[in-house]
Amino acid sequence: MSTIYILWLRQLKRYFRSRARIVGSLGQPLLFLVALGFGFGPIYQKAGGGNYLEFLTPGIIAMTILFTAVFSGIEIIWDRQFGFLKETLVAPVSRFKIMLGRTLGGATVAMLQGIIVFFISFLIGFRPSSMAYFPLALLFMFLIALLFTALGTAIASILEDMQGFQLIMNFLVMPLFFLSGALFPIQGLSETLKVVVSIDPLSYGVDGLRGTLVNGAHFGLLTDFALLGIMTLAILALGSYLFSKIQI
Amino acid sequence: MISVKNLTKKFGNFIAVDNISFEVGKGEIFAFLGPNGAGKTTTIKMLTTLLRPSSGQISLNGNDPVKNQDAVRRSFGIVFQDPSLDDELTVFENMEFHGVLYKVPKNLRRDRIEQLLKFVELWDRRNDLVKSFSGGMKRRLEVARGLIHHPKILFLDEPTLGLDPQTRNHIWNYIKDLNKEENMTVFFTTHYMQEAERVSQKVAVIDHGKIIALAGPEELKRKTKTASLEDAFLALTGRTIREQEASSIDRLRMRRRMHR
Repeated sequence: MSTIYILWLRQLKRYFRSRARIVGSLGQPLLFLVALGFGFGPIYQKAGGGNYLEFLTPGIIAMTILFTAVFSGIEIIWDRQFGFLKETLVAPVSRFKIMLGRTLGGATVAMLQGIIVFFISFLIGFRPSSMAYFPLALLFMFLIALLFTALGTAIASILEDMQGFQLIMNFLVMPLFFLSGALFPIQGLSETLKVVVSIDPLSYGVDGLRGTLVNGAHFGLLTDFALLGIMTLAILALGSYLFSKIQI
Repeated sequence: MISVKNLTKKFGNFIAVDNISFEVGKGEIFAFLGPNGAGKTTTIKMLTTLLRPSSGQISLNGNDPVKNQDAVRRSFGIVFQDPSLDDELTVFENMEFHGVLYKVPKNLRRDRIEQLLKFVELWDRRNDLVKSFSGGMKRRLEVARGLIHHPKILFLDEPTLGLDPQTRNHIWNYIKDLNKEENMTVFFTTHYMQEAERVSQKVAVIDHGKIIALAGPEELKRKTKTASLEDAFLALTGRTIREQEASSIDRLRMRRRMHR
């Protein structure tokens, strides 16, 4: 237990010490909210969709969590290159605990970023329909964070260095985001696109956030929770398996 | 304490460690010498569970690093060749992190951290981030960290690289004391032959993955009819300078430096 805690604590300390990173990583979601939210707002309204900013914000919160989480996981590559990973791997602690502590730490950081974006969105006019479901929204944020930190860990366990990072960003993280229904409603999509959206795990995270923050779940909260939960467990298992195979 | 039989490690077609065998007794200070790229670090990685051997047997304190990883990991401490500190944490946090991972009880941990940090003269800087430190200070911290859990075996992979003679002496005196008081076995590599000559009881010379000499420093000098261990080493391994391919880590370090 103390092992998991100290690894978790390390991630948090690193996070709070890099203020530049906190501020820097909030720029993109803010840009998305302002440019897309106000840019597409009028058209969305005209098409009868209602308030686009309200629709978009849960998607952008999910995006923030996704990016931060994958990056937190991938940071293992730095630990590996700069030697710190060796220090943890020779300690008499199971690899599973190391992976779990680190992943929980990364997930907490990603979730914090999500919460910050949630409050920033208030500044530009977003209002959740009720705060009663906010604890549930936090649960969804945590699941998204956990899933994608574990995914980052899994990827980092196979990559040797940061050279493959662009590849991961463009062929995995970006598609995960853009095809998740974070930006557009799933109703009325072509069948093919619907299938793609429904296999993207982030879709259920976005949908869960939408359901809890603005009452707009497409799949239903229970489905969202169940599917997201199962996928999180699966990726966690995969991540810890790959992590346990790391050789230095 | 350490027993290695017919140990081999291959990376593809390249044989990094080629069928080596040796024994290190309890309480012995054992120097593992060799030119760059000879297989020293690879051997240490296999002994410390970081790499799986291609073939051969290892026993550390009676345990097999492949089958009984946890028992092996509890028994040794290590100072790596490359830096392995977390730059974003403070000196104290780095020490604390290590102590918790090795399950040293809190009071004992705090006492030892204080004692070790005072010894390497970093106690006053315990709340500073490691990234502000010079190479020598980091090295001292790493040595202190490797000793928190009072290991039975201490692995030192070029521990004194880049340190001034004062610090080197200071650290070696401490390690020798521990070796005497706690009967701690010490396994180290170095390029400073005088250092190896002064502290080690047994020397193994490895070259191209093979052990080419295994004896006490005096005996080695006698055999090669040389006056110092450095000359004996050169007599054994020749004078050609070895090429060592840059690993991906070196390349990455280079890149990160360029981006700064």
